[in-house]
Amino acid sequence: MLDKIGIAKRIAQEVRDGMYINLGIGIPTLVANYIPKNINVVLQSENGLLGIGPFPKDDQVDADLINAGKQTITMMPGSALFSSAESFGMIRSGKVDLTILGAMEVSENGDIANWKVPGKMVKGMGGAMDLVASAKHIIVAMQHCSKEGASKLLKNCSLPITGLRCVKRIVSDMAVLDVVPGVGFKLLERAPGVSTEEIKNATEGKLLIDGNIPEMTLN
Amino acid sequence: MINKRVLNADEAVRDIPDHATLMLGGFGLCGIPENCIAALLKKGVKGLTCISNNAGVDDFGIGLLLKTRQVKKMISSYVGENAEFERQLLSGELEVELIPQGTLAERVRTGGAGIPAFFTPAGVGTEVAVGKETREFDGKTYLMESWLRSDFSLVKAWKGDTSGNLIYRGTARNFNPMMATAGKITIAEVEELVPVGSLDPNEIHTPGIYVHRIFQGVGYEKRIEQRTISK
Repeated sequence: MLDKIGIAKRIAQEVRDGMYINLGIGIPTLVANYIPKNINVVLQSENGLLGIGPFPKDDQVDADLINAGKQTITMMPGSALFSSAESFGMIRSGKVDLTILGAMEVSENGDIANWKVPGKMVKGMGGAMDLVASAKHIIVAMQHCSKEGASKLLKNCSLPITGLRCVKRIVSDMAVLDVVPGVGFKLLERAPGVSTEEIKNATEGKLLIDGNIPEMTLN
Repeated sequence: MINKRVLNADEAVRDIPDHATLMLGGFGLCGIPENCIAALLKKGVKGLTCISNNAGVDDFGIGLLLKTRQVKKMISSYVGENAEFERQLLSGELEVELIPQGTLAERVRTGGAGIPAFFTPAGVGTEVAVGKETREFDGKTYLMESWLRSDFSLVKAWKGDTSGNLIYRGTARNFNPMMATAGKITIAEVEELVPVGSLDPNEIHTPGIYVHRIFQGVGYEKRIEQRTISK
């Protein structure tokens, strides 16, 4: 099983040179720490920045520079600042190559639920609905099962939907899977020490297992 | 040049009545009109509808106006960091409309651009789409959303001149430029108010035509929500 860092490390392997990337709050934000040094990417923050840099040193903190999680940040050389309208314009028009975000549930046709739990205070969808409706490529970071052991990779989402048929790839604590339209979840890799059988038992939606599934390699 | 300078926040918000619809710039606590919020608190106007990406925190930003029950309705994309907000919402004292962030930004932008409606893919197939017209373009389904306009827009900029030209700083820009365009009356507070001619026209973000009143704010706290430091 992977911990949060392990999931972030595995997702970092999906990053390619030259990509513009939007990282969601939580595990996705950690991905930035594991992108190989020889790969050049630009991180987009939907509150109006291309070129998110590392968190600041104590004496560099600037209240006018935050990311979408409201954390203080710095800017990389060559950064650009813009309004929220322009930010979502570049998201909607497909200029952002990769979106990485968390999910509470994903269905076998790629629907995602990640903004609302009935009975709990609704905090709002923020930019999630805009991102999932428009991103060219979406990778989801998530736990395969709830604390009670119930699968979160489902036939149909039980929670209110954030977007339809949009998730392309999932990196969970147990596996890497693709969402193949009309087929379901296609198992690509197993987390270290996790068997194909365990993944099968933890996946409620249709699961395609084609041949021997390799165990993932993490650096 | 037209002089739009007013003395201070109290003068700027003097005629905001009860039940007004306001837009307030800012993302989290970054780039919020601190001085105008303080003046509204002092003035005690009630029944406000506030269009703002977030609702502040318990003791800062719009949270201050929630505490004094001056807000009737919030129109936002994310309202997560405020316990008093949650209490008023659950007790039914406060009305809330949640809108996807990009849709909110575009609704405000189109409000200031004279475009009454537009189509966006955000929210298709979700509860956001309930009761809204959808249409297909090039094989993909889009949702019709309408413009948003305000009685008063309260924006915060870094620098401005007395004719209302504005320059923002860092990610404190966020919703401020669109909100400046969508107000019947737009009030800008700036950290530094300079004479006409001191700003480079090449670097203006919001042209003064959108701004009706401008003043230099005082005592900016610029509170940080998540101070995050690299080791």
